[in-house]
Amino acid sequence: MMESGSNSKEVRRRVPTPPRDGLAFAWGALVLALLLVLATGWVMVRVKQAMTANSFEALWADGLLVLAALVPLGLLIPASHSLRQSQAARLAAQSENLIAARVHGSEAHTWAWFTMGYAGAWLLLLLLVLFFIANNVAVGRTFFQLELIANSFGLILRAFWVNVVIFLFAGVFSLLWGLLVAIAKLLPGKPAQPIRFLATFYTDAFLSLPSIIVIYLVGFGLPLTGIGFFRNLPLEALAVLALTLTYGAYMAEVYRAGLESIHPSQWAAARSLGLSYGQTLRFVVVPQAIRRIIPPLLNNFIGMQKDTALVNVVGVIDAFNQARIIASNDFNLSAVTTVALLFILITVPQTRLVDRLVERDRARFRQG
Amino acid sequence: MSFLEVKNVVKRFGSNEVLRGINLIVEEHQVVCLIGPSGCGKSTLLRCINGLEEIQAGEIRLHGDRITGPGVDLNALRRDVGIVFQSFNLFPHMTVLQNITLAPTQVLRMPEALAQEKALALLRRIGLEHKAQAYPDQLSGGQQQRVAIVRALAMEPMLLLLDEITSALDPELVSEVLNLLRELAREGMTMVLATHEMGFAKEVASKVCFMYQGVVHEEGPPEQIFANPQHERTQQFLSSIIAAGRL
Repeated sequence: MMESGSNSKEVRRRVPTPPRDGLAFAWGALVLALLLVLATGWVMVRVKQAMTANSFEALWADGLLVLAALVPLGLLIPASHSLRQSQAARLAAQSENLIAARVHGSEAHTWAWFTMGYAGAWLLLLLLVLFFIANNVAVGRTFFQLELIANSFGLILRAFWVNVVIFLFAGVFSLLWGLLVAIAKLLPGKPAQPIRFLATFYTDAFLSLPSIIVIYLVGFGLPLTGIGFFRNLPLEALAVLALTLTYGAYMAEVYRAGLESIHPSQWAAARSLGLSYGQTLRFVVVPQAIRRIIPPLLNNFIGMQKDTALVNVVGVIDAFNQARIIASNDFNLSAVTTVALLFILITVPQTRLVDRLVERDRARFRQG
Repeated sequence: MSFLEVKNVVKRFGSNEVLRGINLIVEEHQVVCLIGPSGCGKSTLLRCINGLEEIQAGEIRLHGDRITGPGVDLNALRRDVGIVFQSFNLFPHMTVLQNITLAPTQVLRMPEALAQEKALALLRRIGLEHKAQAYPDQLSGGQQQRVAIVRALAMEPMLLLLDEITSALDPELVSEVLNLLRELAREGMTMVLATHEMGFAKEVASKVCFMYQGVVHEEGPPEQIFANPQHERTQQFLSSIIAAGRL
């Protein structure tokens, strides 16, 4: 930027950027908040109409509707904050107080964004309510018929136990089987090449196969072969076998990636001290890899739990299959909603656990 | 028969020939310093002597016994030849004490108590006894590197290889590591160092080898190499070192 011949020691002045007061933005937030107040009132009136149409009359429900209608009034608080701050910013800018103008302007923006964020979330909620009561509460009736949910709950829960048993067995088996496959893949040297090849072929094949197809082939096909052992196995055991085959491949990949993520210098250090290949794995590599492996293994485990709902294709009476039977009898999907809620109930805590493990690991690395 | 003989060793990584028929003789209780520009093969040579890299031609003998080629018991070799790396490579999931006792207990089958006693004695010697239960990431670089040296010493090797062990250290931490090496040299430990610490090489080395493009270009006592280098390459290398203020 320097002109030729100019003295590099000449004084350069920085022109400060003029502050933005955010007045328009603040007005926008205020208008949005007001619109939302109106929209909420309208939606609540619609809900009340739907309730009367279904001859549902309750004081607590009316109270709830009024309360809900009042909620968006809360949005006026941040919106008015924003407006006040932006006016202050404008005043400060007019009196040439740049720093104060910047501070107020930034506050105004923050409050306006605050208003919009909450307004957006509330708007989505309103849409959901509209969807729920649309077509004379068709959605609510199809998915959430409380009476049906209560009646079928015992049956569904008992069938869900089948899912739990399947994923517990398949979980343990696939963890062990996957470890075996991973070790086979990592065997060193030329003589182990055929074994490595087989292991690689296996993981490639089962990673690309949809689990529903594996379940179908194993659950229907193996009994058809007439081999005594398979013919006498209960369907649940075949489902466990199918899921173990599929998820064993996933687990193997996780193990392998974990072991390979340990830096070669750790291998060099251990081997240079005279430790054998096996000793290096056991004392140096595996203990370090295990911390990194646990979260992805758990993720696979969660994925497998969800895939237990696929075993109905071979006729296992699991929670989903049971729910489908109920649903077709009553021409209503509320029983399936129960299954969905059960899956959410067991999966969410595990997901949170994985998050915490990952976070813990990250914290350790930040420290180091 | 010399203690360590490196004869015409060739090492290739793919098409890249790193060692091109290198020769080196080390006698017992000698301290040999390998100097030379980056990429000249110093580290590779050390890794070959320790069996961490396979060589494509030539041979290495220790006490007359060939330690390269098929059938050599590398685990047994590594009991006698220790190596310390530029990046310390301590095991991060183990305490300092566990780092040191792992190989003696697992490889030499030394009883745990004895191994710990010896490890503590070594730690006391380098003034880090109080860090025995600490983890590597709680130590400074210099402390980590001294622990790495002690970890190698715990196997009581007859030859210690040191691969630019001060290059990753802050300047003020270099001296504590070099002091430990001085002590080891005084006690007669046979050492081969790849190093950029010319002052140290001048002071401690029995022999200095200038490596260039995979061969030893010039070797001799430090007085001769540093004061009166014969080869043009050596002269160029040393003058650039002097220009960098490192000699």
